[in-house]
Amino acid sequence: MAQDERNWHPPKETHDYDDIPGTVVFDAQRSRLGYNLNKFLYSLMKADNRKAFLADESTYLDQFHLIPEQKTAVMKRDWNTLLDLGGVSYALAKLAFTDQHSYQFMAAEMTGMTQDGYLNMMLAGGRSIEGWRSKKERGEA
Amino acid sequence: MAKIIAGMGTSHTPAIGAALDNGKSGEPYWKPIFDGYAGAQAWMEEHKPDVAIIVYNDHVNAFDFRIIPTFAIGCGSEYPIADEGWGARPVPAVQGYPEMAAHIAQELILNDFDMTIINEMEVDHGLTVPLSVAFGQTQQWPCRVIPLAVNVVQYPAPSGRRCYNLGKAIQKAVESWGEDLKVVIFGTGGMSHQIQGPRAGLINTPFDTAFLDGLSQNPEKLCEIKDIEYMREAGNEAIELVMWLVMRGALGDKVDEVFRFYHVPASSTGVGSIILETGDYHEQTKARTAA
Repeated sequence: MAQDERNWHPPKETHDYDDIPGTVVFDAQRSRLGYNLNKFLYSLMKADNRKAFLADESTYLDQFHLIPEQKTAVMKRDWNTLLDLGGVSYALAKLAFTDQHSYQFMAAEMTGMTQDGYLNMMLAGGRSIEGWRSKKERGEA
Repeated sequence: MAKIIAGMGTSHTPAIGAALDNGKSGEPYWKPIFDGYAGAQAWMEEHKPDVAIIVYNDHVNAFDFRIIPTFAIGCGSEYPIADEGWGARPVPAVQGYPEMAAHIAQELILNDFDMTIINEMEVDHGLTVPLSVAFGQTQQWPCRVIPLAVNVVQYPAPSGRRCYNLGKAIQKAVESWGEDLKVVIFGTGGMSHQIQGPRAGLINTPFDTAFLDGLSQNPEKLCEIKDIEYMREAGNEAIELVMWLVMRGALGDKVDEVFRFYHVPASSTGVGSIILETGDYHEQTKARTAA
């Protein structure tokens, strides 16, 4: 039976990890919000489901009772919004795989970089931690 | 008596498995990685473990979010390979060791680790990529496997200290199993990486190097690293490194490092690997070589 997330009210808590920039921590609250979304993503482990989803995304999604913002973000492949709305990266990867993309493709899109730009950053040793430790440090908090 | 002879730490980056499965291991991007693991494969070939305990995390393949166990141990006889969304990896199914796993599960619970028991599940890249880098391409894995799954997907993961202590309890449990067996324990995942959000692609090589050094020389210090430090300094998914501490805890105080490899990148990951022989086993091996 589907769980209903439409009336989900997160408690106003702050956490030390909220200060990590460019990062969405998949904690228990977010897991709650993303329960149906991740259930949809999990269904993409079956080849028949991948086919059915690609044939008619909207109809396929309706069986999972997503909140409207989640449904829109799935159809737009809006990865960062999906993270915010409780999608966990490993489950989101199944959507990328269903589109015949790699995990790296999805990660690059999340950064807003081009595919080549991301690949070259990784080949050069990856993103440096300098400047990426803290929102406070970056003036974002 | 069964003995843990060594621990292997290794990343379990899915792209490494895909590169091997798709015949890309000789390509310039991948060759340094497979060359790097050659030393680990040579060690496995020489020492021929009978059983591998593989500490890993599932990536929303065996476990969806209906039930989220923090520590779970596989007591099944065979584990099929999961289709993670692009078809199952073309690698052999994994043979378990239900009798020994049941013994370990029981001992762990009696020693205050509340394990979830898994009798049936599919295994994903978290478990099969370590097998591939240790044993190469094969028709049949050369040893039996006891999967030990740790939740590092939904925050919070168990602490490094807790993982280390679980490792100690595993060593005790293995060594109370009467059969004469060589056991290798794998700690998998990491090293530094972040694979989500605008900060994706983060790599922190000094952090990884210090972690490898600490495994060899000062694991107690590594146990003090808090979750926020892994996540902030080495990337959100670097929290997987706590699973290496389960491995390290199972080796006893004295270890000898016999293999190390580090490379950036594999996809979005800093790839690291280490083999640590337990003190007793290392001495025996040395004595045998000298004789």
